[in-house]
Amino acid sequence: MRALLRRLGQLVAVLALVSFGVFLLVAALPGDPAAAILGPGRPPEDYAALRAEMGLDQPLFQRYFEWLGQALTGDLGSSTVPPYLDVSDRITAALPVSIELACLGLLIALLIAIPLALVSAYREGGLVDRVVSGGTFAILSIPSFLLGLLLIMLVVETLGWLPRSQWVRLSDSVAGNLEHAILPAIVIALPEAALFTRILRNDLVRTLREDFVLAARAKGMPPSRVMLNEALRPSSFSLVTVVGIALGTLIGSTVIVEYLFSLPGMGTLVVTAASQGDFPIVQGATLVIATLYVLINTGIDVVYGYLDPRTRRVHA
Amino acid sequence: MSTEVASTTQAPPVLEVVDLETRFHTARGVVRAVDGVSLSLRAGETLGLVGESGSGKSVLGRTLMGLIATGGTTEVSGTVRIAGQAVHELSGRQRRKLWGPKIAMVFQDPMTSLNPVRPIGVHLTDPLRLHLGLSRRAAKERAVELLDRVGIPDPRRRLEQYPHELSGGMRQRVMIAVALSCDPEILIADEPTTALDVTVQKQILDLLGSLARERQMATVLISHDLGAVEGRTDRVVVMYAGRAVETAPTTELFAAPHHPYAEALIGSVPALDAPPHTVLRAIDGTPPDMANPPVGCRYAPRCNRAQDLCRDQMPLLLDTSPGRSVACHFPVSVALPDVPEVPDGANEKETV
Ligand SMILES: Nc1ncnc2c1ncn2[C@@H]1O[C@H](COP(=O)(O)OP(=O)(O)O)[C@@H](O)[C@H]1O
Ligand SMILES: [Mg+2]
Repeated sequence: MRALLRRLGQLVAVLALVSFGVFLLVAALPGDPAAAILGPGRPPEDYAALRAEMGLDQPLFQRYFEWLGQALTGDLGSSTVPPYLDVSDRITAALPVSIELACLGLLIALLIAIPLALVSAYREGGLVDRVVSGGTFAILSIPSFLLGLLLIMLVVETLGWLPRSQWVRLSDSVAGNLEHAILPAIVIALPEAALFTRILRNDLVRTLREDFVLAARAKGMPPSRVMLNEALRPSSFSLVTVVGIALGTLIGSTVIVEYLFSLPGMGTLVVTAASQGDFPIVQGATLVIATLYVLINTGIDVVYGYLDPRTRRVHA
Repeated sequence: MSTEVASTTQAPPVLEVVDLETRFHTARGVVRAVDGVSLSLRAGETLGLVGESGSGKSVLGRTLMGLIATGGTTEVSGTVRIAGQAVHELSGRQRRKLWGPKIAMVFQDPMTSLNPVRPIGVHLTDPLRLHLGLSRRAAKERAVELLDRVGIPDPRRRLEQYPHELSGGMRQRVMIAVALSCDPEILIADEPTTALDVTVQKQILDLLGSLARERQMATVLISHDLGAVEGRTDRVVVMYAGRAVETAPTTELFAAPHHPYAEALIGSVPALDAPPHTVLRAIDGTPPDMANPPVGCRYAPRCNRAQDLCRDQMPLLLDTSPGRSVACHFPVSVALPDVPEVPDGANEKETV
């Protein structure tokens, strides 16, 4: 219980730091929000008046705490660009798209990577191992937008297997949503799968040299059980770290894929807002992404405790 | 005639090894880790396998279980028969059926031989369920009994614990319980106490001894320490650079070793009354490079009795008296039989 409280305290501290960082970063961006809203060629008093109205003439810390206080109630302000929508609403619309893409992509990546790594490591240096190693290397060296373009051309244009339609929300139609999400998810998944395969395969190879694997074999365990029950879990620590980082990063960085497939996700939201000087959106979206990142990594630490009993707290 | 008499008085061997060789093809050349070893073991018998580190004891132990088999860069020849079955002619699946109920192994390092992410319990229940088909509950009850038998206090609680929560001695007791779980006929204990505190070593060896006696289990006790083998084994095989150089009943070996290497090893065992931390008298020199061993006797470069013949010709393992044999051109305190007789049609493999 005490450890949980300490953990929570840490989390709050990190989030405070992150939010301040986000605030500073956006405040330090070049350009004047008032100018962006009013456009050029107005008398200087107008700009000053608007800045005062927006509170931009207040000291930095005061502005931060006001912003944070509102953010905590879910109010991230409103967009400075017509139609002046609520930042929170824009984010609530975009975030599920990004989260779904990231999760679906990582799920596909793991479904590819885990079996490939297992068969590669089982016969280290064998034919499968060498083919997989070459394949993952090739995929990692192709830029993901190329991969995306190729897939669109092949699956949508040439084969016509999937429609080229507007994004369908998961809550509206699961099938319709998946039809649209599967290709971008695959584009996200492939390079991650290649990376995951290499990491897990190397850790598996190392684990298979451990005494406890020999001891398990000496009990008469069949190879499949040795791989799945004995070797996989102690080999998965690096993989879990990397998956956690990928999940946190992907939510805000699937810009290219979102652009290619014209998806209304967080990447599109932030990039558009930034190019329009729409600071509240950039600020709010960055805060949400960073917070998710921190929360995901806390979650990963919890997963560690499950995977490796040695990192669990010893009960006093 | 004589063999018939022997077979009526003694049970057939549970383990028979004939001319076993294990070769590793490495970048540096062929490593003959086990180079023509023969031995046999009856139920209830305990065999000591001694030799310096690197002499091929572990590889021999693993090869005779079938854990090391031909494949990849490894080559195994010769015969190993466990309960009458030629291990290296079996399919992988058939071989795995032997591991647990017929032959089991206790490993050197209990700190690394248990899976750190699995609780103690599953280490025991896995083989019980796999080989004996026990239910989850029955396997758990049996695991508690096993832990209790190897002297682990509060066994029910231990089942839920993880390896890192146990001391080295306790972990080795767990490893022994795992090895005994399916009641094997043969137990291979590969330096079971090398990684443990001196005070714990004796307890573990005594435990192994009493378990082997009560179950009539044939035991191979591997050690680099002759002291661990004295008084605990019926016979000893002394290994040097992959070969058996002397085999003898344990008491006879300690009374009068024939091979100069065995003599040197015995000389390096600290006397029982020596004060603790007495510096061991190590044998001068180092074992040969196994990828490139000397032509003649492999011990010749370190041997104070070596002559030209030793550097030219590899000595064969020859009987000096019933149950004793030595591979040396100039053995200590014994004469070699004149010319080794080759009875027609007989296979000239020495069986220990
Ligand atoms: N997989 C392997 N590949 C190549 N050489 C090996 C392998 N395993 C063992 N060896 C070599 O075989 C020899 C005997 O090793 P080992 O049986 O472990 O010795 P011991 O148990 O007597 O200390 C050593 O020289 C070791 O380097
Ligand atoms: Mg060894």
